[in-house]
Amino acid sequence: MSLRDTFRRDQVFAPLRPGTRPVRPGQLDTGGKHILYMEDITVSFDGFKALNDLTLYIKPGELRCIIGPNGAGKSTLMDVITGKTRPDTGSCFFGQTMDLTRMTETEIATAGIGRKFQKPTVFPEHTALENLELAMAGPKGTWQALLQPVTGQQYDWMAQTLETVGLLAQKDQLAGALSHGQKQWLEIAMVLMQKPRLLLVDEPIAGMTRQEVERTAELLQSLVGEHSVMVVEHDMEFIRSIANTVTVLHQGSVLAEGKMQDVQNDPKVIEVYLGETG
Amino acid sequence: MRHSDLTTALTDRTAKTFLGILFGAVLIVALLNLLVPAESGLHVSSYTVSLLGKYLCYALLALALDLVWGYCGILSLGHGAFFALGGYAMGMYLMRQIGDRGVYGHPTLPDFMVFLNWEELPWYWHGFDSFGFAMLMVALVPGVLAFVFGWLAFRSRVTGVYLSIITQALTYALMLAFFRNELGFGGNNGLTDFKDILGFSLREDSTRVALLVASAVALGGAFVLSRWITGTRLGRTVMAVRDAESRARFLGYRTEHYKLWIFTVSAILAGIAGALYVPQVGIINPGEFSPLNSIELVVWVAVGGRATLYGAVIGAILVNYGKTVFTGVMPEAWLFALGGLFVAVTVFLPQGLVGLAKSLLKRKRQPDATDKEADHEPA
Amino acid sequence: MPRVLLLIFMLLGASGTAVAQTSAAPADDAGQTTMASPEGEDRPSESVAPGVSKEEALRTSLAKFKSRDFDVKAEAIETIARSGHERGEALLQALLDRELLHDLAGDRIVLGKQSEQGWALRDPISEEDVGSAEARAARPVIINNRLRQQIRDLKSVTALANPNPLARREAAQRLVGNTDPVVLDALRARQAEEANPLVKGVIDTALNIAVLRDPASQLNERLNAIDAVAGSLEPAVRNVLRDRLAQSDAAAERNAADRALKKIDLRTERYETADTLFFGLSLGSVLLLAAIGLAITFGVMGVINMAHGELIMLGAYTTFVVQQIFPDGHEWSLLVALPAAFLVSAVVGIVIERGVIRFLYGRPLETLLATFGVSLILQQAVRVIFSPLNRSVVTPEWMSGALQINPIFSLTYNRLYIIVFALIVFFALQLVLKKTRLGLQVRAVSQNRGTARAMGIRSERVNALTFGLGSGIAGIAGVALAQLTNVGPNLGHAYIIDSFMVVVFGGVGNLWGTLTAAFSLGIANKIIEPMAGAVLAKIMVLVFIILFIQRKPRGLFPQRGRAAEE
Repeated sequence: MSLRDTFRRDQVFAPLRPGTRPVRPGQLDTGGKHILYMEDITVSFDGFKALNDLTLYIKPGELRCIIGPNGAGKSTLMDVITGKTRPDTGSCFFGQTMDLTRMTETEIATAGIGRKFQKPTVFPEHTALENLELAMAGPKGTWQALLQPVTGQQYDWMAQTLETVGLLAQKDQLAGALSHGQKQWLEIAMVLMQKPRLLLVDEPIAGMTRQEVERTAELLQSLVGEHSVMVVEHDMEFIRSIANTVTVLHQGSVLAEGKMQDVQNDPKVIEVYLGETG
Repeated sequence: MRHSDLTTALTDRTAKTFLGILFGAVLIVALLNLLVPAESGLHVSSYTVSLLGKYLCYALLALALDLVWGYCGILSLGHGAFFALGGYAMGMYLMRQIGDRGVYGHPTLPDFMVFLNWEELPWYWHGFDSFGFAMLMVALVPGVLAFVFGWLAFRSRVTGVYLSIITQALTYALMLAFFRNELGFGGNNGLTDFKDILGFSLREDSTRVALLVASAVALGGAFVLSRWITGTRLGRTVMAVRDAESRARFLGYRTEHYKLWIFTVSAILAGIAGALYVPQVGIINPGEFSPLNSIELVVWVAVGGRATLYGAVIGAILVNYGKTVFTGVMPEAWLFALGGLFVAVTVFLPQGLVGLAKSLLKRKRQPDATDKEADHEPA
Repeated sequence: MPRVLLLIFMLLGASGTAVAQTSAAPADDAGQTTMASPEGEDRPSESVAPGVSKEEALRTSLAKFKSRDFDVKAEAIETIARSGHERGEALLQALLDRELLHDLAGDRIVLGKQSEQGWALRDPISEEDVGSAEARAARPVIINNRLRQQIRDLKSVTALANPNPLARREAAQRLVGNTDPVVLDALRARQAEEANPLVKGVIDTALNIAVLRDPASQLNERLNAIDAVAGSLEPAVRNVLRDRLAQSDAAAERNAADRALKKIDLRTERYETADTLFFGLSLGSVLLLAAIGLAITFGVMGVINMAHGELIMLGAYTTFVVQQIFPDGHEWSLLVALPAAFLVSAVVGIVIERGVIRFLYGRPLETLLATFGVSLILQQAVRVIFSPLNRSVVTPEWMSGALQINPIFSLTYNRLYIIVFALIVFFALQLVLKKTRLGLQVRAVSQNRGTARAMGIRSERVNALTFGLGSGIAGIAGVALAQLTNVGPNLGHAYIIDSFMVVVFGGVGNLWGTLTAAFSLGIANKIIEPMAGAVLAKIMVLVFIILFIQRKPRGLFPQRGRAAEE
């Protein structure tokens, strides 16, 4: 809160506004229709507007795809959600009560938003299983790490997650030795270990083989329901194979939104994507 | 996934081999010194006993460095400082034990203080007549220094070469400080002329052997402890911090806490090494803080191989043995050899001797298989 | 006819007197007009009669050295000292050096040096060759210890007549605080004649101090004297004022002395600050030279070169070697040593880069260790080739001495030159980086290696040349360092930690960071030193840097850009 904000006469101080204090993690309130509310988000870097009055809603259990040309603001969108970047204006809520613009990155991660980055950053000298162990939600203090061994229950959970991403057979292999696609899935598995309610997946299929792409599509679809998933991608083919609802971003705001078919035939979208067949 | 507990760390194959060789060798040496008469060709002289004890202390120091460097990626170029501080704590106890048998015959003041015309014992020397207190200080002083230093450094995200240089500067500053007579640690002569420890004369063969055994016990114990630590989630997290710190942080780990934890434990082990070293060499002086010492010990770990613990031990013993040989035969050439060793190990043998042995063994087992393992080196 | 003759004689006499008067020193105190006679009964403490030229008086005094009587010689010495003649000083020195001879054959006092025949003789005043004498035909004038001491005391007095104003000032300086009446007389005599204001000031101070020390002086004389010396930085003034403060009965005098002392203290403090500043700048300039090469190699290549100190050392040893090769060329040997040191260190640097560092790119910690190994090898090589002992490098004449600003503040020339030199090197380097093609490539590679390579810049070549440049500058730093300290195998070791501190503090994005860091650390060190001692000062600077890193982990001027994130 800047000094100027403190002296505004037309607004009540933010902490006094009802319902704006961040709720402790674990108390996600999805009583409302949506799990993610983003309203009028503007982010500018040195005059350039990366996000321009963007409004976006995600329902719980939904699989939403975000597409758009380069520079449309997709990465910035994710940065705002995870707290890496603060918006200049607008509000961003997780559930009814968690104000993401005022929580730290760690708090947001603990609250249930997991992000899988574009580049896989698994720990190469650890096995797949150990990677999951590291990512596992739970107390992360030094003494616990020293003295509390992994429980049988936790072990089963890790194995199950590996199963979900199809890597159970590789559980004892060093992550550095996995193929690119396998690393991506391992990374998704790691994000799943954090028990996210909302999963942000940033360009998952870059560099993957055809078979790996197919498996990734299956994987993402299998996650839907229990988790809400937001996928950012370029590849139209892939989007078509998984999407129900698609949001098209252009120059920092939502250009069109709806089912894939509708969006594809939207004249505005065609104009923007003229020449781009995906 | 290996979850280890203390018993696993004590009884698995690697532990058994290591401890077996260690204690077996020490036992043989002890017997050959105490039971075999001096004239016999098999007799191991007291000098050799103390020399071996010294090597074991160095091995413990190297192990401590392997913990922070091999497993956590912190290249500390000032670990010699913790070694020296532990040594000074022991030295102070030994000085107090001299009592009135010193040159000046003063019952409480060590000789150098009498020489400086000091009237009474400074406050920080009090308590060092008690062995228990002194041993507490051996662990506490390096531990606290490491904790404070680490807290300042890691919290401000100082990493990589910057951190290494700062550790060098730390040990350099301590060296300058301990050279001063006013500090009350013997100035550039240090503490020496020790008579006995816990009532046992330091000249007796039996005492020397006992110290050798104590060093072996310390080394063995540290080995088991370190294996346990590195086998727990803490150990794995520490390695994760080594390989991809920001990723670990992103997962919610307070990486500076982990670094601080392992750094402090390592410093305490180094202090213990120093404390066992001093009664076996008979002197501690500010030269132990020399930046060169701290860098030399890095080469021991590099030669042996990082992140294996026993590699550090092997490296320390080999290099120091080489040093003993060299400086006896061709002292001028030793620094050339050492410098060359630095260059050769970093350029040609980044995984150390253990790594070399492992890759040779693998090649032996699968002469046709290509190396699938991605070439990931700890930073 | 006789009236014309009388007129002519009178005219001759008048003109002769006039001539005599102008050739004599102007306005001596109208002293006694006794004529100096060649031997025997001269009254002591006589001054030069106006009618007698200085030269004649000098020759007369010299003649007295034919006597065997030491008292006579003592008088002669004194007269020569106070003669005001230019040659007085040299002649007394000749007496000390046993170069003033009694030529027995010619019964004259001459200067002489030993030669094959015996002695080569010169006129004492004109120094012209006046022949030779056989070994036994002349002997040096014999003096005893008392006379030697007297000569030394009087040397300063005689130097008051030296044609060089700096020498006169130094002489007057040495006499400040002296209360010997002979000396005071000489000072008064000189005061009347002295034209140079700086010298006159010193003489005035000396005389005022004498007034203040004189138990027979009057209060108002002393008050005037206190006024005159208030603010003077001569240590003797301070002493005498303190004495007056303690011993005087008159309140007025005590107050005056107190005020005067306070004025002195204020001025002294100011100059002490200036002195600290100067030493700080000097240390800073050395740190700058030492660290700037490191900042370049670290900034461009991310390589921490632990052998950097040894490259400095090699530069220093090159200076030594150059001086050995040209033993008579001390004046210009530095100008040869500079490019030589640059080349030597640059070549060694390039060899290190191509031979070792090249294989370790992207692994800064390994590079640190490998270069440390190289530093050990270089150190030992130097120990074996030269010797483990320190060597000294001769400072050329034009760099020796100091610029004395006032009695308590002087700027030594060697440090001044080095400060200027460091700044020249700094700006030259900025020019190279900003204006040359190599500089452009270096900057490109340091900001984003991948893109630079994609644009066709041969990054390998740039690496080698950059490393060579940084190392060469280290060599130059060694040349400068050789002037300030002993040259030994451990030279590099002493400066490596400080250089790193400068780099850590200043950051590697910008050479200005290195400049700022070097000078700040130099000055900070010097400010803390008098309070805490050199060791503690170092420790405190170190702690400060560790704390500073908390707020700015990458230094004052960090490298910007995406590539810098690693």
